[in-house]
Amino acid sequence: MTTKTHVQTTINGEPVDFLCEPRQSLLECLRDVVGLTGTKEGCNDGNCGACTVKLDGRIVTSCLVLGVEAQGADIETIEGVAEGTNLHPLQLAFLENAALQCGICTPGFIVSAKSLLDQNPNPTEHEIRFWLANNLCRCTGYDKIVRAVQDAAKKMQEAS
Amino acid sequence: MKWIDYENAKTVDEAIKILSQSGGKARPMAGGTDLIVQLRNKDPRTDADVVVDIKDIPDLNVLQCDPKTGLTIGAAVPLYKIYNDDNVKKYFPAIIDSASLIGGVLIQGRASFGGNLCNAAPSGDAIPNLIAHNGIATIAGPNGTRDVPVEDICTGPRQTSIGNDELLISINLPVPAAGFGASYIRFTPRNEMDIAVVGAGVSVNISEGKFTAARVSLASVAPTPIYVENAVNALVGETVGDAAIQRAANAAREAAKPISDMRGTAEYRKHLCEVLTRRALNAAIERAKEGK
Repeated sequence: MTTKTHVQTTINGEPVDFLCEPRQSLLECLRDVVGLTGTKEGCNDGNCGACTVKLDGRIVTSCLVLGVEAQGADIETIEGVAEGTNLHPLQLAFLENAALQCGICTPGFIVSAKSLLDQNPNPTEHEIRFWLANNLCRCTGYDKIVRAVQDAAKKMQEAS
Repeated sequence: MKWIDYENAKTVDEAIKILSQSGGKARPMAGGTDLIVQLRNKDPRTDADVVVDIKDIPDLNVLQCDPKTGLTIGAAVPLYKIYNDDNVKKYFPAIIDSASLIGGVLIQGRASFGGNLCNAAPSGDAIPNLIAHNGIATIAGPNGTRDVPVEDICTGPRQTSIGNDELLISINLPVPAAGFGASYIRFTPRNEMDIAVVGAGVSVNISEGKFTAARVSLASVAPTPIYVENAVNALVGETVGDAAIQRAANAAREAAKPISDMRGTAEYRKHLCEVLTRRALNAAIERAKEGK
């Protein structure tokens, strides 16, 4: 039996070190150790996407990553999406389009959708729906989420 | 989750040493999309005290596709790297069929074909496809390396012929002969994040209007993915056309030994075997004609 492991990461651009047990998921480390509770726990088995974070450039379900695997990794969470008090266009679009009700799935949807728009600024509805298929929402019926992503894509293109 | 120790192996030898010294209680981990869930759920079939992270081992990250030597997929290569590889798309388009439909985008950043094979689910979407491509698994152990046809890896639900002290290194697909085409099709109620009710992986070689070789494999209709020899026999030597395809589809239906569960009844699954084998063969024939 080992003791806790020292893990060095970069989270939202800042160096962050934490101690964790090998059995703790990255999700548990982010929420319970680092204190970044924006990332949510839903199903805890990789189906719902509430715990989506970007890990070394790829979005993953952080419940299916061990904290110790994050040694040296670059992690982006929902806390890194807004710039200070300025919301990201996706966050604004989610508010304006009422793309959330209870809000538990929203951080995961925003992080997933941001990674889509970062690589594909003008996705089709089909592409949006496939990309977000790994994120579940039990409130909205998805339509408002898809429209919010389309709205954000449009506004981001107009702004650039 | 119960207590586990975590080891990050940097070489094959190091991984084999840890596996050998753990008394059968160590499990290799690539993306962890199956293993972490099983450990968390205290699945009795995954009785592990040690997780050996194998993602940093160079040999397990090889993805090499060459029309002269074939395709080598390292056991830890994540799915997104496979379906984004231009050579795989060009020379092994049917492999993309499986790589792009396992899980969703979030899973595909971590999950691997190697993990899909070693997890040995009856429904593993990679496995019939690898069997259809004559895949060979390269396995390292304390006494050296051995090569095993993929159809001999799975021995039961979540059980394989890979020893506790052995490690899957890569899966190797030979260069397809001229007139080759393959396809993997599955039936699921939902496009993504779903488990095959039935999956069919097939390949054909066509020369002068006849099938010169074929492979047919099914998932989710037996304790393991199965190779359907009678379907192959219904094709080889026959004229390419609906008659031979239907005989192969009937053979697939007969070979299936499905159970009834929440995803479908045994009878429904047998019906799907026939339909999916026929559709997959037609898709493979199209690819063979296009020279893909």
